[in-house]
Formats: sequence, structure tokens, C-alpha cells
Amino acid sequence: MKKADAFLSWIDSRTGYKKLLNEALYENVPGGARWRYVWGSTLTFTFFVQIITGIILWMAYSPNSHGAWESVFYIQNQMWGGWLLRGIHHFTGQAMTILLVLHLLQVVIDGAYKAPREVNYWFGIVLLVCVLGLSLTGYLLPWDQKGYWASKVATNIIAVVPFIGPALQKVFIGGNDYGHLTLTRFFAIHAGVLPGLMIVFTALHIYLFRKHGLHAKAPKRRPDVKFWPDQVLMDAVACLAVMTVVLFFVLKPRLFGTGMPGADLGPPANPTEAYSAARPEWYFMFLFQFLKAGWLVKVFGHYGELVGAIIIPGIAMAILAGMPIIGRWKLGHRFNLGFLAAMFAGAGLLTYLSYAEDRGKPEFAASVKQAEHESERLRHLAVAKGIPPEGAVALMKRDALLEGPKLFVKNCASCHRYGGEDGMGSKLTDAQTAPDLKGFASREWLAAFLDPKQIATSNFYGGTRFAATKMVKFVQKNVPAYTPEQHQQLKQVIAAVSAEAALPAQRVLDSADAALIATGRNVITNEAMNCTECHQFRKEDENAIAPDLTGFGSREWLIAIIADAKHPRFYGRRNDRMPSFAEQNILTREQIGLLADWLRGDFEIKIAER
Amino acid sequence: MEEKCSCDCKSAPPDRRGFLKRFSAGLLGALAVLGPIGASLAVLLDPLRRKVETSGTLVQVTTLTSLPEDGIPRKFPIVSSRVDAWNRSPAVPIGAIYLRRQKGKPIQALNVVCPHAGCFVDYAAGKNNFLCPCHNSTFALDGTINDPNSPSPRGLDELTVEVRNENEIWVKFQNYRAGVTGKVPA
Repeated sequence: MKKADAFLSWIDSRTGYKKLLNEALYENVPGGARWRYVWGSTLTFTFFVQIITGIILWMAYSPNSHGAWESVFYIQNQMWGGWLLRGIHHFTGQAMTILLVLHLLQVVIDGAYKAPREVNYWFGIVLLVCVLGLSLTGYLLPWDQKGYWASKVATNIIAVVPFIGPALQKVFIGGNDYGHLTLTRFFAIHAGVLPGLMIVFTALHIYLFRKHGLHAKAPKRRPDVKFWPDQVLMDAVACLAVMTVVLFFVLKPRLFGTGMPGADLGPPANPTEAYSAARPEWYFMFLFQFLKAGWLVKVFGHYGELVGAIIIPGIAMAILAGMPIIGRWKLGHRFNLGFLAAMFAGAGLLTYLSYAEDRGKPEFAASVKQAEHESERLRHLAVAKGIPPEGAVALMKRDALLEGPKLFVKNCASCHRYGGEDGMGSKLTDAQTAPDLKGFASREWLAAFLDPKQIATSNFYGGTRFAATKMVKFVQKNVPAYTPEQHQQLKQVIAAVSAEAALPAQRVLDSADAALIATGRNVITNEAMNCTECHQFRKEDENAIAPDLTGFGSREWLIAIIADAKHPRFYGRRNDRMPSFAEQNILTREQIGLLADWLRGDFEIKIAER
Repeated sequence: MEEKCSCDCKSAPPDRRGFLKRFSAGLLGALAVLGPIGASLAVLLDPLRRKVETSGTLVQVTTLTSLPEDGIPRKFPIVSSRVDAWNRSPAVPIGAIYLRRQKGKPIQALNVVCPHAGCFVDYAAGKNNFLCPCHNSTFALDGTINDPNSPSPRGLDELTVEVRNENEIWVKFQNYRAGVTGKVPA
């Protein structure tokens, strides 16, 4: 004990730490410790948590446009406790904003901003702006669709500043458009400039707080105590409560079984595909909603955006900063309270309206659902295959499940349908003029095609020139007159033709029905059903005038027909409006392959390896 | 604690209630940082979880026809797929080797990395040996240390060579830990 004491005095004589510690711990708390004083400490605590977790995230984060999302993905899914670390950082950031508001309210309600504490109040306002800046810059760093498109809106607003707006925006995003330099800049601001400023202003804030002493809420109910341990105990309880809430939000998806725990990571930023459900962080939603207000444009014309995004928020900030001055006036304090109440009520209302509006829009829900589907798939792809050096967007572009439906929407859905929809879950209003391709070449699809009631509907040949040709006439005339034996043969033919496709979904069925399929093949080749009168099946037939049934619906067959439906193997000169996608350079062979895989339901991860 | 405490608290004997307060303040504070500190430590120490690849990477380096039987070492890059954190690259340089072919003898492959501190050794044509440019370790053409003053703890690391399809030279590429006497995969 003695030796330890001697050592501590040695340190103290050289550093004077005891005095410092005494000053830090034995600050007087007039009127006793109270819960309303905890907000400042919780903010210091959350700032400390952000610095620690932020530095560790920094060790794994890579700020460039094909490494940012990828490194965050790695942190989230492949590092020990990475999801927890990122989740804590994400939700503690949000907690800071809430705590700042509570701290501000407490200071204003208690009148703690009045003389001689004005300067300290202004330091607090600087810290508030820093935290909002951190939130804004941090939102872009994961470089996912949500952050990318929401930040674009935010940085486009900078451009409405008169005269210097466009230049300011260019400096801020590091060029003419988003890219590597946007990330390096946002990251430097997020991890360097703003935390640095905050450390300085937090120190000044605490220094002035100690200089002027704690502003006690009158009336003092109890005798004075020291900061340690009475107030510290309350502060510790509050900090623990904050962290418990943060952890609750991190674990919420797991607790409620709605997904992966931790902060959300959407699909990677893709400049060619806008994400319509991109929204800013929830505490900026009121501004987002405010800018939608029609009256801004009605009243201010094309200055509407400037007024809504810069002038009005600027005035609000000026009033906020001016509160210590306004407070000197007789009714000033009441005005300040009223102003804060009105501001938060307004922001709350706008936030509510904004969420209510999104909830009412089916496109919004569809967009969010699509993003969830993409991130889920990408997570499997990236874990199984690793991410190519070009980035995760390239990985998505090579996946049939993700890229197939997009290609279908763009290239096929103007005539074809997929289960009555466009391939991505939307109904289309224009007329369907070509077959519905969902389940193409499956037994069900073929059975419906060969159904006299269905073949001439728009789901098959109804909308095409083939509506009046041999196949439709054959089905409509012959099939209704079939004997039970012929119906059985038709069934065999369907099984045999469908087996040509070797669809992944029918793998078990096809191998179980090998005998049925073999009989079906015989039925086709021995002309019992007249198929080979027009079609060719498993042997060359120069006189075939209808699409080849050899390998019907297989990957090779589908690629070939999409590439060139005019080829004699398919429709030849009789082709209707089907473009020759490869011959006319509409799609690459790789894209056609993705479409074929998707139509066949073959989603096995086929990424060129090595 | 009800009486006025404006006196010097720190010198007052710590009563039971005061101790309880201090203890709980410390405990609750520690609990509050447990999550963030724990998660930070886990991510910080994540590299320890990454296993060393010890089986080597079999790579085709060149062909017999392009490697003369003159006993002169020639340097070849090793190009292979590589997993670097989140990225998987199909074909990137992962190292280099010296190949040496003599008439009637098996082909010899040496990792170019000096086992002392990890610099790349150079083939000194004039002296007919390998010289490490960092700390002057020298090695004979068969990779053994040929100067007792060399700081390297072992000779150059020899790698397994396979000839396939009569002409292809395949090498099982592996790096080894520098600074130790034994060949420990790194």
C-alpha cells in the first residue's frame, strides 16, 4: 500500500493529476443530483462510443467507389462481431441526435442558456451542427443505393445557394459527379474534420460548464452534493439505459425474426439504377417532406427550393442561436419555449406526413422489397463466390436471379408476360401480344399450351400471327376429339418435350418418370401424334417448318431462339415480331444466357471462376 | 448522507451507502461500455481468425521448351487467384520464383523471398549466386547459404515442381515465415 501511495505521489508531483481528478470528480451539484442533468453526460458517453467504434470501423473500411460497399459488407458479414460493431455505431449516432434534442430542451426549459452561459450555449449549437453533419456524411459511406441516392438529393440542394452554389457543390462532392473523391471527402469530413471539431468544442463546452458551474433548476430540493458519486451514479444509469436501447435496436431484427441483426445494408450504389425508395435518415425526413410542399413553389417560383432548403432552415437556426439574446427580453424566454415547441411540433408533423405518404404508395413498398431481395441474394453470392475486383455491382450483373428479370422488363415485357406481370412484380396496362413465359417448357406450361381452350388466348398464341396458323388449328380441332388413349399419349408427349428442357425444378419428376418420357419420345418420333409433320425432333429434318423440339426449353435452345428467332431452326421466315436479340446487337450473349437461366429457374451461382 | 455535505467529502470515512453508490456507478458505467468495447475488440482481433494456407497453390509457371537446360536461374511471376478480404481476384501476381534446369537433373524451384527478412533476392550473374539486396545474405545456385556471414537463418525455400503433359512446368507455390530456421508455412 505504502509503495503504491509513494508511486502515486511521484506521478502527482510530476503531473498534478490529483488536482485535476478532484476538479473533475468533486464539482458541486447545487440542490442535489437530478435526472434532468444527465443529458450532457450521456452525450459525452455516446461521443466516446462513436470514437471507439468509429476508429475500429475505420480499420476495415475502404473509401472508394468499388470498395466502400464491399468493405462494409465484409465488416457486416465476415468479421467477428462486425454486425454488432456497425450496428452500435449506426444506432448510437441516431441516439446522439435524440439526446442532443433532449439536452437542448432541458437547457432552454431550465433557462440555462441565459447570462453568463451564452457562449457555452453557442458551443452547444456548434456541436449540434457537427452531429448533424456527421449523420449526413456517415449516411453515404456504406455506398448503398439508399445512402447514394439520398445523399445526392442533399448535395444537389447545396447547388441552389445563390452564386457560389454549383462551385460549392463541386468542392463538396470532389468533382462533377459522385465517385472515389466523394467518398474520400465525405470520409475525411466524417472521421477527421467533424470529430476533431467536436473534441475541441466538447472540451470548451465542458470547460465553460465547469467555470460557470451547474445551472441548478430552482427550487433546490435537497442539499448540495458532489458530482462523484451521486450525479455520476445517475449518469451511469442513464448511459446504460441509452446503450440498452441502442443494443435493442441492433438486435431488433433478430428478436422479431425479421432479418439480420445490425444496421441495414442495402444493395450497392448503382448510378444506372435509381432507387425510388431512397430516403434520408429519419430525423431529416421533415426537411425532405418540407421540400415537397407545393406552396414553396407556388409562392417563391423557382426560388422555392432555395427558400425551403436554405433560407427557412437558416432562419430557424439563427433564431435557435439567438435564443440567449432573445431571452433577455421580458417575454423572450416564453418566445424561445414557444418557438422550440412549434419547431418540434412542425418537424414531428412533417415526419409523420412523410412516413404516411410513403406507406400509402405501393411503389415505395415494392422498391423496398426489391432492395431487400437484392441484398439478400447478393449476400449469398458474395459469401459463396467472393466479390470481383470490379465490385459488387458487377457480381449482381452476372447473376441470373437478379439480372434476368431486369432484362425481361426492358426487352421482353413489351410483348411477353411473366405470370401475368412484367417479371418484377408489376402489372402492365398495354396489351399482351406474346406468350406468358412463366414456367416455360414445364409440363404445366405445355399442357396449358396444348389445351384447346387456352392456346388462342393472349397467354399463348392469341396475340401473335400464329393465332391463325396450323398449330392453333391443330390443337383446337384435334385435341377435343381425342380418345382417352390419345389423351394418354398427349400426356406422354408433354412429359417428353418438357424433359428436353431439363428444368431444375423438374429434375426429380423427370428422373422418376423416365419410362413415361421414353414412351413419349417414341410417340413423337413414330408420328402417332403428328408432331414431326412440322417439327423436328432428335433428328435432322429439312422439311421442318415449326420450331425445333430437340432440346426444347434447354439453356442452349433458349439462348439460340432469343439470339435469332428468325433462324430456320425456330420460326424462320414465319417469325412474328420477335427481334433477333444477338444478331441485332440488342443483348450480349452473356445477357441472353442470364435471361435463359432466369426463365428456366436455373439460379445456380454461375460466376466465371479463375 | 442527509446532513449537509459541503464539508470535505473525500476525507470523510466512506460509509456503507457511499461505497454502494461508488460501486454501482462504476459497475453500471462498465456495463454501458461493455457492448461497444467488446464489439470493437472482436473486430480488431478478427485477423487472428484467418487461417494460413498451408497446402500451397499449384500453378503452371512455364513450359519445358521455354526453359533452357543451362543451369541459369530464371525468375517467373506466380499468377493465381487470390482472396483479399472481400475481393476474389481471378488472376493476380502472388509471388515469384526462380526456376533452374540442368541437363539430366530434376528442375529446381526456389521462392525468391529471402528467409531472413523477406526481401526479394537477386541472381548475380557475375558471381553465379543469389544476393539479398537488403542485408547481403548470399546463397548458392541450389539455394543453400554459401557464406557463413549471411544473416539468413536458412537457405532459400525450395518448392515442389511437377512436369505435366510432358511439357508443362507446375509449381506448388508457398511462402514461409521469415526469420526462423525451420520452413513454417506463412
